Amino acid sequence: MVTQAILYILIVFVGTGGELCVSRAMKTIGEVTDFRPHAIARVVARSLALPRMWMGIALMSIAFFALLGMLSLAKVSFVFPSTALSYAAGALGGRYFLNERVTPQRWFGVLLVCVGVALVFLGKG
Amino acid sequence: MTSAQGLHLKTIALIVIMISVAPLGDVFLGKGMKHLPPMASWAPGHLFHFFFGAFTTSAVWIGIGLLLAYFIAYLVVLSWADYSYVQPASSASYVLIALLAHFVLRETISPMRWLGVAVICTGVFVVGHTHPQTPEHHSW
Repeated sequence: MVTQAILYILIVFVGTGGELCVSRAMKTIGEVTDFRPHAIARVVARSLALPRMWMGIALMSIAFFALLGMLSLAKVSFVFPSTALSYAAGALGGRYFLNERVTPQRWFGVLLVCVGVALVFLGKG
Repeated sequence: MTSAQGLHLKTIALIVIMISVAPLGDVFLGKGMKHLPPMASWAPGHLFHFFFGAFTTSAVWIGIGLLLAYFIAYLVVLSWADYSYVQPASSASYVLIALLAHFVLRETISPMRWLGVAVICTGVFVVGHTHPQTPEHHSW
């Protein structure tokens, strides 16, 4: 139970921290307008030159290892919906770390996601 | 077509790719990890054997490949769209994960958990009707 709780925290909070870093790095690169494979490869290469991208990848890797551990302990139909709690963490991070304007409608959607996650937890037994 | 419509369309197209590929990747990961003994301790030796077992399982690598495709689509869409829009919108994939877990992995899913997945999707629907890009940006 303790192992599952630690893994869960790593997946949700460390994973979200990583995604926020990646998001910030990609906004530095700017909008992608060319979708040909070599152009996308160039964008990926440019993003890999940014320290914040590497920080994001490192944090997301930790979350991924935790996810593998969690999948050995719990069902797929529990693990993935329950980690949707990262949407609340993501909306908070988007608002306070990336200065995105999160509209009331978007907050309401995030609240519903949280309620859904709670129901998934309650349905675990 | 206006640039705002074009922006919305390409955002939706990439999110559709993300919500199709990610659940498949997740199910392959789950399938691969179920063939291994559960992670029972945090001892370095145990963790090494555990992850060595994971990374010598072909289903895990197929899952990683699919999630990599998801990640590239995710990076591209984040180059213009808000994180707080993309992240919840991509959570529509949870319906597909629940369906695949039930029909492919034969997992029993309680009515309460189905309800939870439905509520998550309603939240996603609400978020999906907001504009993907807001004007205030980046002091971080």
